[in-house]
Amino acid sequence: MLLGLITPTGGTGEILGESIKHPERYLPRVGAMIEGPAFYPALSGKENLNVLATLGGFSTDRVQGLLEQVGLGERGKSKFKTYSLGMKQRLGIAAALLPNPKLLMLDEPTNGLDPEGIQEVRALLRSLANDGTSVFVSSHLLSELELISDYLVMLRKGEVVFTGKMTDLMLSQQPVIIAKGASENDLIKLLAIAEQAGHHATIRDGAVHVQGPAEWALDFNRAAFNAGITLSQLTPQLPNLEETFFEMTGDK
Amino acid sequence: MWNVAFAELRKLRRPTLFFGTMGAVVFFSALFSSLLFILIDSPQGNSDRGRVVGREVLGLATGGVQGFTSVGGFLGIIALCVFAAQTAQEYTYGTLRNLLVRQPGRLRILLGKFVAMKLFALVMIVLSAIVSIGASVILAPGAEVSTDLWFGADGRHAIFTTFVNVTISVIGFGTVGMVLGLLLRSPISAISLGVLWLLIVENLLVAVKNSWQSWLPGSQLSAIASGGSASGPVSGAIEYSHALLIGGIYVAVGATIASFLFVRRDVAN
Repeated sequence: MLLGLITPTGGTGEILGESIKHPERYLPRVGAMIEGPAFYPALSGKENLNVLATLGGFSTDRVQGLLEQVGLGERGKSKFKTYSLGMKQRLGIAAALLPNPKLLMLDEPTNGLDPEGIQEVRALLRSLANDGTSVFVSSHLLSELELISDYLVMLRKGEVVFTGKMTDLMLSQQPVIIAKGASENDLIKLLAIAEQAGHHATIRDGAVHVQGPAEWALDFNRAAFNAGITLSQLTPQLPNLEETFFEMTGDK
Repeated sequence: MWNVAFAELRKLRRPTLFFGTMGAVVFFSALFSSLLFILIDSPQGNSDRGRVVGREVLGLATGGVQGFTSVGGFLGIIALCVFAAQTAQEYTYGTLRNLLVRQPGRLRILLGKFVAMKLFALVMIVLSAIVSIGASVILAPGAEVSTDLWFGADGRHAIFTTFVNVTISVIGFGTVGMVLGLLLRSPISAISLGVLWLLIVENLLVAVKNSWQSWLPGSQLSAIASGGSASGPVSGAIEYSHALLIGGIYVAVGATIASFLFVRRDVAN
């Protein structure tokens, strides 16, 4: 809908100050890769970008530079059908960068990339953002989003669960103290100790997860010792984005 | 629109498509024209569907373009396949999304693609004309056919008229292919349906009732290529103006419906 592919049936929206009812006014300043990279298999990566550059009225002189920027400088002349999934993904990102966009929309940009490629894409997106490009990433990989995002819109079943700064979201979450004992029986005792002290606690993945400030870990350790439990792990930490998502949606 | 046309030309010039198509055009143009002269004395005929085109006909001012006229319908089939494939592949590859993001004006996309494919078809037609007339010139002396009138004023007029008629016909066939590509959104389905209809269904219908030939789209477009006289053992003549009108209506209605759907339809995948 944001890219003018689907007609809105109601509501309003703006991109770069223009209504989404007139995508032709903002799309020349928007780069996008959605639903995975789609190109002509019989054309080379470079020629595929030339087609899109010609179509959008951009100079084809930029194409080789973009291929090098995404690590495809050496394979630009190979046909698209010979590319690996990661190479296709890189070409999709290069195509999205063709208009030198003010807004970049990427759907699962690290899909199919090797760990090195993922690092490179993260660095590329960060440098684009630092240079003033708004980078809009949609992904199911919450750990990935946690690493690259400044702002977050969290959706569940089509409804907005959270919108705002990533730091605000994480700071609003209760810290968690993760504790492990020697046996299953110890976990039940630890759970009881935490609950008696007025903290919400659950047993998950072979450990007790207690909501409470990091400072309470000292009291918790002492109480466990007094109860005859030797802790094998006691870790105060902030919940990650995935845990926060489940906490907010109540799914787990 | 021109940006779309130039972008489309980049796709159309890829070697396998361009040289493959032009190779087929050269081969069949040479074949159709050669058979006219090589089989000139054959009792089974020397033209399409067993028609006999004798020395006296080939010696006329229009004799030099007989082969070109015969291959016109075949060029139409090639154009239908190319137009259908180039249009429908945008759906199957998912590249339509890219096109619409870079050029949100959907009618501009259609017009640009159409212009580029017309240019491609024009190259096909020029090449076919050169090969078929060239083959006729080379083979005519051996078949004892006079070429004296072929390049006189009347002959040049015949070449020009045939070129225009074949061009209109080929563009018509191509537009039908594009319409099928837009409606069916699959190259295989679009080409299969188009070729099946033109080569089999229409012939069966005409065999059942000869008068239907005057109202079927493929017959009108073929009649335009041959200047208004459709050929074949079961056919009657179709007037050029009638073929132009009915064929034009088919193409215009199909193009309007397909364009409307293309502009209005959401692109969700």
